This record gives sequence, C-alpha cells and structure tokens, in this order.
Amino acid sequence: MFDKILIANRGEIACRVIKTARKMGIKTVAIYSDADRNALHVRMADEAVHIGPAPAAQSYIVIDKVMAAIRQTGAQAVHPGYGFLSENMKFAEALEAEGVTFIGPPSGAIEAMGDKITSKKIAAEAGVSTVPGYMGLIADAEEAVKISREIGYPVMIKASAGGGGKGMRIAWSDTEAREGFQASKNEAAASFGDDRIFIEKFVTQPRHIEIQVLADKHGNCLYLHERECSIQRRNQKVIEEAPSPFLDPATRKAMGEQACALAKAVGYTSAGTVEFIVDGNRNFYFLEMNTRLQVEHPVTELITGVDLVEQMIRVADGAPLPFAQGDLKINGWAMESRLYAEDPFRKFLPSIGRLSRYRPPEEIATKARAVRNDTGVFEGGEISMYYDPMIAKLCTWAPDRASAIAEMRHALDAFELEGIGHNLPFLSAVMDHPRFTAGEMTTAFIAEEWPDGFQGVTPGPEEMRRLAAIVGHMKMWKEARAARISGAMPNHRRRVAPDYVIFIGKERFPVHILETEEGTDVSFAGDGRYEVRSNWRPGDPLFRGTVGSEEMIVKTAYVRGGARIRWRGADLKAVVRTPREAELAALMPEKLPPDTSKLLLCPMPGLVVKIMVAEGDEVQEGQPLATVEAMKMENTLRAEREGVVSRVAATAGQSLKVDDVILEFE
Amino acid sequence: MKDILAELEERREAARAGGGERRVTAQHGKGKLTARERIELLLDEGSFEEFDMFVRHRCTDFGMEADRPAGDGVVTGWGTVNGRMVYVFSQDFTVFGGSLSETHAQKICKIMDMAVQNGAPVVGLNDSGGARIQEGVASLAGYAEVFQRNIMASGVVPQISVIMGPCAGGAVYSPAMTDFIFMVRDSSYMFVTGPDVVKTVTNEVVTAEELGGAKTHTSKSSVADGAFQDDMEAMMEVRRLIDFLPASNREKPPVRPFFDDPARLELSLDTLVPDNPNQPYDMKELILKLADEGDFYEIQEDFAKNIITGFIRLEGSTVGVVANQPMVLAGCLDIDSSRKAARFVRFCDAFEIPILTLVDVPGFLPGTGQEYGGVIKHGAKLLFAYGEATVPKVTVITRKAYGGAYDVMSSKHLRGDFNYAWPTAQIAVMGAKGATEILHRAELGDAEKIARRTRDYEDRFANPFVAAERGFIDEVIRPHSTRRRVCRAFASLKGKKQQNPWKKHDNIPL
Repeated sequence: MFDKILIANRGEIACRVIKTARKMGIKTVAIYSDADRNALHVRMADEAVHIGPAPAAQSYIVIDKVMAAIRQTGAQAVHPGYGFLSENMKFAEALEAEGVTFIGPPSGAIEAMGDKITSKKIAAEAGVSTVPGYMGLIADAEEAVKISREIGYPVMIKASAGGGGKGMRIAWSDTEAREGFQASKNEAAASFGDDRIFIEKFVTQPRHIEIQVLADKHGNCLYLHERECSIQRRNQKVIEEAPSPFLDPATRKAMGEQACALAKAVGYTSAGTVEFIVDGNRNFYFLEMNTRLQVEHPVTELITGVDLVEQMIRVADGAPLPFAQGDLKINGWAMESRLYAEDPFRKFLPSIGRLSRYRPPEEIATKARAVRNDTGVFEGGEISMYYDPMIAKLCTWAPDRASAIAEMRHALDAFELEGIGHNLPFLSAVMDHPRFTAGEMTTAFIAEEWPDGFQGVTPGPEEMRRLAAIVGHMKMWKEARAARISGAMPNHRRRVAPDYVIFIGKERFPVHILETEEGTDVSFAGDGRYEVRSNWRPGDPLFRGTVGSEEMIVKTAYVRGGARIRWRGADLKAVVRTPREAELAALMPEKLPPDTSKLLLCPMPGLVVKIMVAEGDEVQEGQPLATVEAMKMENTLRAEREGVVSRVAATAGQSLKVDDVILEFE
Repeated sequence: MKDILAELEERREAARAGGGERRVTAQHGKGKLTARERIELLLDEGSFEEFDMFVRHRCTDFGMEADRPAGDGVVTGWGTVNGRMVYVFSQDFTVFGGSLSETHAQKICKIMDMAVQNGAPVVGLNDSGGARIQEGVASLAGYAEVFQRNIMASGVVPQISVIMGPCAGGAVYSPAMTDFIFMVRDSSYMFVTGPDVVKTVTNEVVTAEELGGAKTHTSKSSVADGAFQDDMEAMMEVRRLIDFLPASNREKPPVRPFFDDPARLELSLDTLVPDNPNQPYDMKELILKLADEGDFYEIQEDFAKNIITGFIRLEGSTVGVVANQPMVLAGCLDIDSSRKAARFVRFCDAFEIPILTLVDVPGFLPGTGQEYGGVIKHGAKLLFAYGEATVPKVTVITRKAYGGAYDVMSSKHLRGDFNYAWPTAQIAVMGAKGATEILHRAELGDAEKIARRTRDYEDRFANPFVAAERGFIDEVIRPHSTRRRVCRAFASLKGKKQQNPWKKHDNIPL
C-alpha cells in the first residue's frame, strides 16, 4: 500500500479523500493556491505545497506544478478528486511517465470516454442502449419523415451546428417532421451558415439516473446501483438520491449490467459513473461516462456501505475488489443536498464573502439514521469567486425515502449559515414539494415548478400556527427575563401579562400564553392549544423543541421590533404585541420599503474601482456602469435596463457593503 | 362627597379626552399617536401615574380665558419600564398644538425636579408647535425654566428626548441638551428656523423634511442619535434603551439575567482581520460576537460611520462600545467621528458605564477640510473624554493603532485598565510605507532598497510586541477568546475607584 498520496484538488473533495487516506494510515499531501492558504484541506493534510496564484488555470490545473509538488513530497500516488485534472489524459500520462500511480482509470479509458461521439459509438458497440438517431446527412423532408418513423415519434430535429435552441424542433407526427425539418434547416442556415440536420429520439419526461461502477485490475467490474440526479438547475445538480424512486429491479439490473459492459469494453478500472437519461416508460439511453469520482458519490456510499475512495485507492494499488455483485445490496435510502453560495432570492446569483457563521448539523451514523456533511469550509472562512460555489454536501440516510427526506428537512433547518447568500431555503422548499416527495420528478422539475424564480415559501395555516406558538414561547421567555432586571422598584415588579397578538408573515393570531413547569401552553383564540417544550433561551439562534407532538428546529434572530423566523424555506418577520399595542399599531401608517428598482446596489462587499458614468448620462441595457473589486477580482456591474443616471452615490476607492447604493437612476 | 367623586371622574374624563375627538382623529390621520397613547406604549402596562392632570393656563389675553383645557397640552407623570422608575412628559398636539405655556412648562419642571431628586431618567416626548404666542414672554420664561433643569439634570439622570412631531425655534434647545435625541421618520422635524424664514432671509428653498427631518439629523447634522419607523417602534426602542441605562449617577447600570456563556469561544474571529492590511473588514461582526446574545444598541448609526458607538451587555451588565470601523474611511478619526465618540464616552463616564474600545485606526484624516474645520480641537475632545473618564476601560487593538490616534483610542497612557492586542495588531507611529519614505528619503529613487527598508520597518513594528515589551499592551490575546478575556477584565474592575482632582468643572475643548 502507498505511504503517501497527493490530492490534486481542493475544497470538500480534497478533505473527503484525506479522511479516507488517514483512516487507511496513508499520509496525505495537499496542494493549494494563494486563495486557499488557510483552507480546510491544507489544515487537514499532513503536508501542503503551494502551487501558485488563485485562478485554477494558474495553479490547480497546471500539470507541471502538480508534478513538481509530487516530486518535492515523494508522493507515490495521486487522487485527482473531480473537476480540475481528474479527466485529463495528459495528466494521467505524465504520472505514468514518472511512475506515479493515478488513482483513477487508465488514460486510455479517459480518452475513449472523453469524446461525446466516440463514447456513444463505443457504448452502442458494447450493447449499451443509446438514444436512437440518425447522424448522417438528410437530403430532404421526405427522408426526414422516413428516418423519424424508423426512430419512432417523438423525435428531435436538430441543427448539427446548433446551440441555444436555435434550429431545433420537436416532431410528434409525419407532418410535424416534414415542417420541422424545413424550419430547422432554414434557421440553421441563417443562424450558423451550416444547414446540416440530424434527427434523434426525443426523450419525454426525462430523468437523469446514473450507475456507479467499480472495476479492479483483475477484470472484475461491479455496479453499485444507481443515483437519481433529476433535480437540476440549468444542468447543475442540486439534489441527488440513491436509489432512484423510479427504477424497478429489472431496469436497475439491465442498466447496471450495460454500465459494466461499457466499463469492460474500455478496460476501465477504479470508480466511474455511467449516466443515462430515462424516459417516462423506463426506457433508458446512454448519455456519457464520467471517468472519475462523482460529486454525489456519498449517497451511494450510504446505501451500500462501500467507501468508494478507499476502493479507488486499493484498486490503484492492484488489490482485487473485496466483494461480489451479490454482496452489493441496497440498504435504505440516502439524500444529498448541495449547499451552494448562491442567493435563490436573487436569481441564484453567486454570493461570495466571509462565512460569519457556519454551524452544520451534527453528523450522526446509527442503524436508524445518518447525517453526513462533506465540506471544505469552516466558520470564519471565505467563499471566494475563483472556484465552485459549493459550500457543502449535506447527506441524510434512513431506512426509507420518506424518512430520509424528513431527516433532510431537519438537517437543513438546523444548518446555520450566515454572511453570504445561500440556497438553504430553496433546498428546504424542494424537500417539501409534493412532486418531489412523490418521487415524480424530471430534469425539468425546477424550471417547471419555479418558472419565475424562487420567492421563498409561505407555510400552510397549521404550520403558521405552530411557528406562532414558538414565537409566543420565545416572547414569554424574553419578557419574563426583562422583568427580572436589577433596579426594579421593590414590591412593584412588572407582571408579564398572558395575552398577546402574534403577527407572523401576513397572519395575525390572538393568543393566551400560559407558563407551566415544562414550558408554555399557547392557546389560540377560537380553538387550538399548543404545548411548546424546549431548552431555548434568549439569544439562542436555534429553537429546538416540540410543538404538540411535532418536532421543530427553527432559526431565530433579533430584528428591530421582533424576530426573524426561518424554517423550511420560509423567512418571516414575527412581532408579538399586547392587545393594546396591537390596537395602537393598527393606527401606524404602512411604510413601504424603499423602491430599489431605480438604484444600482452593490451586489457584494467590495471596493469601488471605477464609476464609468456621470450624472445625467443616458445608459443602455448591458452597458458597464461601475467596477467593484472583491477578493482581488474586478466585477463589472452593468445596466439592467436603459435609463438616465440621476446621482452617483459612491466614489472610486470607497468600500461598500452589500446593497449600498452606487448609482441612482431617474 | 358623591358630587366630588362624580366631578373627579368628569374632570378626569375631560382631561383624558385631550383636544377632543376631531383633533385626535386628525392626529391619528397623520400616522401619529396621542400623548397618552404614547405613554401607554412606553411604560409597563398600568404603571403610569399622572401629575397635574387638572392644571390649566392662566392667560387672559386674546380670548384665551374662554378655553382652558385641563392638562394644558402636556401629560406628565411617572411609571415603570420593566419595573424601573422613569419620569415622562408627553406633549399633546391636540391641545393648542402642544404649545408651551407657562403652566405647561411648570408641569415639565415639576417632574424633572422629582426625577433629579429621586434618581430616575426623564423621557420627553416632544410634539409641539412651539411657544404659546398668546402668553408672550411668560412662555419664553417657561422654556428657559425647562432649559435650566435640563442643564442641572445633565449627568445626574439620563435624559431622553423623542421628537414625534414638530419641534421648532426655542423648543429645540431642551432636547438639544438631553443625552439622546430620537426622531420618528416622516412625522417629525426639528429646526431653529423653519423653511419660510429660511426662504425670506437666505432665499434658500428647502422642505421641512430636508431642513430638519429624521434623515437630515441622523446622517448630516448629528443632532439626533437615531430614527425610528413610527411611534410604535420609537416607544419600543426607547424601552430597550432604558434597559441599558442606570437610573441615575448614584446607581450602577442595571444587570439583567443572561444566558450567554461568558467563556464562549468564537473561532471565526481568528480570521476576521484579513491578511492584506489594506483590506477592510466589518468591525460590527466583532461587536456582535462579543456582546451577550449579539444584542447591540447602536447610537448615531448613520453618522460618522467610521466610528461605531453603542451599548452591549457583558455578563448581563451594560458596557459602552467605541470601535473604529475599517469599512468606512479605513476607520480613521476625523472631526465627526471624534465628536461622536467623545460625547458617547462622556455619557458613559457620567453614568458609570464601563467602556470597551476596539481599535483599528490608521490615524487622523488629513486635509484642508479637516484642518480648517478644527480637527485639532475636535480630536482633542475624544482624547480629553477618554483621559478624564474614571470608569473601567478595556481596550482591544485588532489591527492598526497608528500615531496620535493610537494615544487617543483609550491607550494605556490615558489610564486604560486593560489594554489587549490581537496578534495582528500593529502599534506604530505610522504605516511602514510612510515611515520608510520619511526615514530613508535619500533612497526614495531606489525601489528595491525602499522595499527592503519597508520590510525591515514592518518586521520591527508591524506587531504588538514592541508595545507589549514596554507594558503599553498588557497581554496579546487570541481573537477567539476575546469575549472571555474582556468579560473577565470587566469583572475584575467591578470595584474600580478612581477620582480626578477637585475642580469646579473641566474645560474640555468645546
């Protein structure tokens, strides 16, 4: 076995590999760029080598620099993680040339699967189901109809040079095929100056399901079942699970066997993933093979009990796989949520900055449930703009899908993350979505369910009452404590009254709150009484407790006049008033938040480098207005629509916070 | 007897009605509450005890004898905020526009005298058209009587003013002499002369809001210490402030039960100060992470943002915080920030509130604007305030402490009790680059030599140890343990006794 391996990666995957290596008694070497000087993977590794400036193109993917780090430290093998050099044939060859083991497939397999067309051809030859289609030249509309019939409707008619939906038609009949062919051809000629057209099967209700394979150097190749990754936003996977709620054992077996056939056909070793697209009738078609460890590999590990990184290292060292296909059973259900530094309320714009608070839920591994969090960040660390905006991969496991989802809901509720915009509320919203819980998703799920973007979640009436009960409970604690301040007039202490009106979101609940030995009982006017039990104390950012029989974890923070309440993707302001206060509050004028549509706000904390416009300037949509430097990178802010600059509010050299005003428009 | 009781009820009823239903409706229509409704919100439920409900004016000019409403346009009395006594007056705009008459002033004076005598804060809710013109000089005399009491009460009991409607002319000077002025957005304004007079005299055209609204006074003039959304929020926030303040200078600040571990570690603070010394960071994060439960009551949030002032609690006890803010003007001291912080420090010292100073200051802001504006004397105010303060003083230098600004920011030499530094602290006369350029002027043409000299200077002074070797820094502490260290420091200073020499009063460079 190797004594020392180098991890040619950063972030969570580097940390992930280091954990397994350490468990196996192997020393680890990290590499890091300028931006990662204090990163977690550097702290975790036994040794760390600096390999250049922050941009990956000047550090992590420069083969010479990584090779130098290997020579310098004497690492015997390299784990490439995912991304960066993981599927770079030249890197694999460079390692081979120096006699360093690549913990991954042979370079030939990387090459064979690296090209979309070649890989599809190899797959078809190996008996893997591929999307039926005709790649040759199509002479006219009649030939197009003929080919379409052979493939079977619906079909997709596509321009060879196409992209962005241009020159693309879907046809469900001969007539549509005829018309579509002509339209695509015309469009393709006009758009790309290339009117070559091809036709392939149009996959309806597509789901992304992939097979994990593991092969050793002794001719053994096994499949570790599937992962479903249909919850995607613009081809970026957001939530993955294993197994898929859609596959039946026969389909699973067929897919697994075809995946292994492909792996064998290219002489594959190590861990790899064969991606399929599956239609509503469980027809599956090969998409591509990823010749590396996948981001979402933990869900497979959770249902199979196999440490994929460990097996990759052992296989690289020449060991045979220690189990047979029959040993690989599906045990329970695993979910993975990818936490991204992307603000769902701002069209998922990447958010960078300091993680002023980062408290993931406690990791658990018992027979009944598991919580696992793979991350490369720490509280007080920076999310930089140089790399992938992923903060963590939060996984849960339970005996069945519904319980795994329930675990995930709690884990997301308990995840404290402040300082940057992040997609926690969105992940919670997916976990509560009926189509998701029913397992009825396709790759278009997010686009279909949130066509206008994400605006947060409004809890249902019953949930609102439970949240209100918690707010009431916390209010009682705060008031009882306030009344115990020193210096009060003896014998004339303030008595905390039991009647309140709770305003939460747009709801209003008159309540009577009774303090008991165990907690508080919140009675709602009309009907309903909730017993709230918790160890929460004023100042705690997380309320953990029960409301009636319901277990709840709610994030709370002070905001002027009330509390901010975050739970299951909802972000609400709650205010508790006495009945008299409520009466008087009703007389207060409603003050609308200032209209920011005519402002250019600073999207991130940073330094103004340049203001490119002056007062009175007319600007066009997309015109650069200002540059803001954050993390040593200059970001150009552009006009969202045309307008006239009425005021320049910031000056070059000024440091701004998020949402500080830079320009005002008329 | 029965008749008297009936009359009592009748009179009370009349007094409570204020200016009558029509005027009350008009007041509500402006988004404002009545004088009594405001008191209800400010004080603990049912705790208000009124004085002088039946007082009427004695004016007989201009037909005033015909209209003598009970209470005369101001509601006065006392009650409790979380069980602690406060005195309050609340001007009633529905009665003669809240105008101040001789008797109106007498009512205010009465409760101010009682507040000073009994040691409890005074909260003034201002909503007044100004002097009762019909009374002439008697009304002016009334103002002056109130002024005199504001002056006498200053430093004895906390005085809080909330401007909840108009406050113009001579009326502004009573709030001006209190400790804190808060304003309600969109419905209050304060000025010495209104837009009409401004127009006549200077030809300037300006609205009341621009001239003296909440935004103007919190961000431009610094007359006001804070602004609130509406009357409701204003009263709730004044309650919150009172919880931080001692009842008088004869009492210690209040202590509230707390649930936050004084030894709580904040590992994220180890990375708060960026590697690049010219990169800003948000000092508020440090304040919030040090404070009990992250509870911070900021004073003058929108003015001179290069310095932060406000109250927190440590182990349940009030502490005043003064902190340079590197996010704004690199956290330098200038005229505005010096004035802002000086007044805050003097308030804390007057009321026995310990002071925590967080330092990251590159120096005083240079320039003609500053020098012509008298930065020398204004900067001296802060220096003076720190130097005369006898309350417990704990200082933490997080990064830069350069030049005279180092001395000013509650340094050891100004009787600082605990002066801590983070490992990232740099205590020096100036930054390395500037120092090198002066020390090695002859080598300025040689970039390489200068770079080496700069590095030498950095190696020598860009650390806390030079100061620590001299005892100017008591200890270099790890950022993550700052809360624990600061809590322990203040705990050890509970018994601090320090006295300045007797004097009639000092002569701070006003």
